[in-house]
Amino acid sequence: MAKDSFFTRAVSMYVDGFRSMTVGRRLWAVILIKLAILFFVFKLFFFPDILKENYDNDADRARAVRSALAPAKN
Amino acid sequence: MDDLISTVDWSRAQFALTAIVHWLFVPLSIGLSLIVGIMETMWYKTRNERWKRMAKFWMLLFGINFACGVATGLILEFEFGTNWSNYSWFVGDIFGAPLAIEGIVAFFLESTFIAVMFFGWNRVSAGFHLAATWLTALGICLSAYWILVANAWMQYPVGMEFDPAQMRNVMVSFADVALSPVAVNKFFHTVLSGWVLGAGFVIGVSCWFLLKKSNVEFAKESMKIASWVGLTGILLTMWTGDGSAVQVAQKQPMKLAAMEGLYNGTTGQSLVAFGLINPDKERTDDQPAILGEISIPYGLSILANHDPKSFVPGINDLINGISINADGDTIDTVSYAERIARGQQAQQALRNYDAAMNAGDEAAMNSAVEALKADFKYFGYGYLNSVDEAVPPVALTFYAFRVMVMGGGYLLLLFAAMLFLSYRKPRVIENKWVVFFGLITIPIVWIVSEAGWITAEMGRQPWTIEGLLPVRAAVSAIPAGSVQLTFWMFVVVFTGLLVAEVSIMIREIAKATKKDLLA
Repeated sequence: MAKDSFFTRAVSMYVDGFRSMTVGRRLWAVILIKLAILFFVFKLFFFPDILKENYDNDADRARAVRSALAPAKN
Repeated sequence: MDDLISTVDWSRAQFALTAIVHWLFVPLSIGLSLIVGIMETMWYKTRNERWKRMAKFWMLLFGINFACGVATGLILEFEFGTNWSNYSWFVGDIFGAPLAIEGIVAFFLESTFIAVMFFGWNRVSAGFHLAATWLTALGICLSAYWILVANAWMQYPVGMEFDPAQMRNVMVSFADVALSPVAVNKFFHTVLSGWVLGAGFVIGVSCWFLLKKSNVEFAKESMKIASWVGLTGILLTMWTGDGSAVQVAQKQPMKLAAMEGLYNGTTGQSLVAFGLINPDKERTDDQPAILGEISIPYGLSILANHDPKSFVPGINDLINGISINADGDTIDTVSYAERIARGQQAQQALRNYDAAMNAGDEAAMNSAVEALKADFKYFGYGYLNSVDEAVPPVALTFYAFRVMVMGGGYLLLLFAAMLFLSYRKPRVIENKWVVFFGLITIPIVWIVSEAGWITAEMGRQPWTIEGLLPVRAAVSAIPAGSVQLTFWMFVVVFTGLLVAEVSIMIREIAKATKKDLLA
């Protein structure tokens, strides 16, 4: 019988491993809910990269930070 | 201005909350991965199946912790971009490089070998499986290393030059950043404290088995390994803690003064063993800083300089420009009033640079760069309105330091006692008092670990980057309300996550009490 390739054996290790996990369902639910909240709620709606979003290029971002860190004196 | 202060406070509170929650998971992963590695090595060497079963049970709890903790650190990176945009731009590639390495190492090393660790029993050779277990433990430590390199740079910024055109710190020496003495010491101190936490957890859970009179042999064998790991870990943590104190004395003397509530230093400085911070104490008055003080003669001089007769500067000494150098000698340095003046000059130079750049005047730009370079070391002091703003919160730093040290002393005694009892009096270990102390060690070991971080991070206030950027300048100009909203969202999510982790763990431990784990 021909021996399975490394790739096939690796994939089957993951598939069988996930299938036979004893704490599987609750743990996976926790992980998936957490990742969904992090990336699809927090990152998307509440945590924009302010400088990336508000300025087009690095020169503008540098200028914005320069005026924030050394604001002109009145 | 009031809104900015509020934004600063909420952003700090949110960052502290996230970091504290993240740190609930990380040290347990560090400690348990080592203990599992030792147990599996014992199995590999003896082929005694009991070791394999022990390794598998603790590996299960490691897996639950790892899964629940994964990606909690990413939230800190979200916060950098939103709440701390000035800071995250200002640090430039100093932060980017270590975090990128951490991401790659964490993802590839940990995710690959953790899969083999959990799913590879009976699929790969015993040697390969053992290697995967140890490589997982190594991967976790390497991840921690790069994060701690980034943290250490904030405490002791080296290996960079500030470029006003980019408004970023540009790395000029990767070696200086990666091998900074603060980073190296911090890495060993932190990882070793993870060993201690993992060992405390294993002892606590084992005592639960003893209380339930279930899996007694399994619990006792686990306690032996945990006691060895814990005792070795706490002794080495104390040793690296001593190194850390010397580093702090030289590089962040204001932090050391706050840790001790020391306002006016002296030669042969004592160390406060017990005492309460006087809440009415003002920096310049004559009231005692500590009430009911019991001190160890020469203790702080020994701790800071390894010389009982040496001088340790207090808060007022440092403000007046008196400090110590790397050899522990007393030196006159720049007073804080002068630092503020020079920081303001550096900021003026940056303004001049900006104006010259807008006018296209290259000669003026070069002249501004030179002026900025001359005083850049004190750049952050220019934001302070008075020298008092450079003093960290003394009470919190003082108490957090004492919780860490006293907790460390308790853990030293506990591990030594457990090790002695495990080998010499194995029946006594089932005594209800021994079990009680084992169980209360679980919360204690976490409190001690978090107190260490609170000491390190509160003691370096008001700085995000020592001397260069105080928190008030690092924060983004965003409404306080939006930070407040996400703060409370985090409270809900983190609480849910912790409840989920603890309930899954308790369920698995409860299930284990109903079966023979060594059979």
